[in-house]
Amino acid sequence: MAFLDKHKKIETHATLLLVLAFLVVTIGGLVEIVPLFYLDNTIEKVQGMRPYTPLELAGRMIYVREGCYLCHSQMIRPMRDEVERYGHYSLAAESMYDHPAQWGSERQGPDLARVGGRYSDHWHVDHLTNPQSVVPESIMPKYGFLSDTTIDGKYIEDLMKTNREVGVPYTDDELASAKADFAAQDNPDADSSGLLARYPKANVRNFDGKPGITEMDALIAYLQVLGTMVDFSTFIPDKTR
Amino acid sequence: MSEKKPQSHGKNQVETTGHTWDGIEELNNPLPKWWLYTFYACILFAAVYTVLYPAWPLFSGETPGILGYSTRGAEAAEMKTWEAQNAPLQTKLDAADLTTVKDDPALLQYANSAGAAVFKTYCIQCHGAGAAGNKGYPNLLDDDWLHGGTIDAIYTTIQHGVRSPTDPDTRPAPDMPAWGETLKPEEITSVVQYVLKISGQTFDATAADAGAKVFTDNCTACHGDDAKGNKDMGAPNLTDAIWLYGGDQATITQTVEKGRSGVMPSWSTGSAKLSEADIRSVALYVHGLGGGQ
Repeated sequence: MAFLDKHKKIETHATLLLVLAFLVVTIGGLVEIVPLFYLDNTIEKVQGMRPYTPLELAGRMIYVREGCYLCHSQMIRPMRDEVERYGHYSLAAESMYDHPAQWGSERQGPDLARVGGRYSDHWHVDHLTNPQSVVPESIMPKYGFLSDTTIDGKYIEDLMKTNREVGVPYTDDELASAKADFAAQDNPDADSSGLLARYPKANVRNFDGKPGITEMDALIAYLQVLGTMVDFSTFIPDKTR
Repeated sequence: MSEKKPQSHGKNQVETTGHTWDGIEELNNPLPKWWLYTFYACILFAAVYTVLYPAWPLFSGETPGILGYSTRGAEAAEMKTWEAQNAPLQTKLDAADLTTVKDDPALLQYANSAGAAVFKTYCIQCHGAGAAGNKGYPNLLDDDWLHGGTIDAIYTTIQHGVRSPTDPDTRPAPDMPAWGETLKPEEITSVVQYVLKISGQTFDATAADAGAKVFTDNCTACHGDDAKGNKDMGAPNLTDAIWLYGGDQATITQTVEKGRSGVMPSWSTGSAKLSEADIRSVALYVHGLGGGQ
């Protein structure tokens, strides 16, 4: 094939090689990436998703900081064994407010995509403080130090602004009341109507059972909301995905 | 660039490609046949795959593939197969009177197997792999039950949890108050001695006598006049040697001072809820562990 014998022309011309290589990569990239932006079924719309509350968002930062994703995935795959153990398979929309997503790729520990509501707050305190005290065979490290660090939400508004920059629809009202909401979620005796209006069905409890807001409170608030926003009793999956 | 011509390179008479760079020639060895045919087979496989399975993005969706496969569809089909297999037994279990399941060997076997699977997935994190419990999470093997050990009581506890924040029908167990806020330190010391006395441990007689009155004034509403507890309130029996948090003086003192309020999640509500058949199965499994009444 005479045409294919011409490759010497390209191989001996650096600029031409660069231009053509770029062209090939561009086409490949466009074909793979562009459809994800316009195909209707890439992200299905589901009821119930809301941005994280300030306290949950802070807990999520602690989750990322401590590298929980290195051992725990947040991605239940559509397979019977996973669904039987962890619950309904994860939907793309359930990660829509995660920047970055915490899907993970390792399961040294169990998947946490639907850990919310599965254990009591008290269990989370016991387990994070000393995992082996409740699960003797566990290899998880101890995170009791989270109880030692109190947090006051000083930077939570900035964090929410950053999230807004990358697409989380926090409203001005939510930003303005960020610090108040941050404190209200950990205090069942305070007026939480504003918090609940902004973040429907948020858990309002003193998560670690101790006075003051610590990193432990924030992390448990985050864990207890994981996978609970979508009501799967009314969700009808599109089978073509 | 020299002309393409056969040249001698050792024993193999291999042609060069004709490319010469700084006097170095490029040999034109053919690709191994097995490699080449594997390569062609892979190309063929890829082409066939894109026809059979979802592959190419179009304007409104992707090409569905003539097999009509989807991961969700495959998962749903597999779940349906298993549900269909279990459905007769599950329907029977849902309708059964739990106290008579033991008379139906096939149903009991199903409930025990399904219950063991549910227990291993949802319950062992608190109650332990062997159901022997942990500090603050009750042992399910003995016959000491906070909320009752009959099959119906166990079923209700699993169904609605204890002090569950999400289930309005949860076991209405009042918290053990933090008596450190209302009682004087010496009253706490003496009531702890009294609890040590009634639970058959070594105690200080003088303090225990004083503690008896503190107990009568403050504790009997839940734990009962005889301190044998009250299953309607989840108040534990204090006269046996079975302790949820520990029966030594230091732990009892901590319990009295700071209070306790253990929570068991509700398994019939919320996002982690179990099916009715699963709840009944695990209730029967727990009831059959040895302590069921």
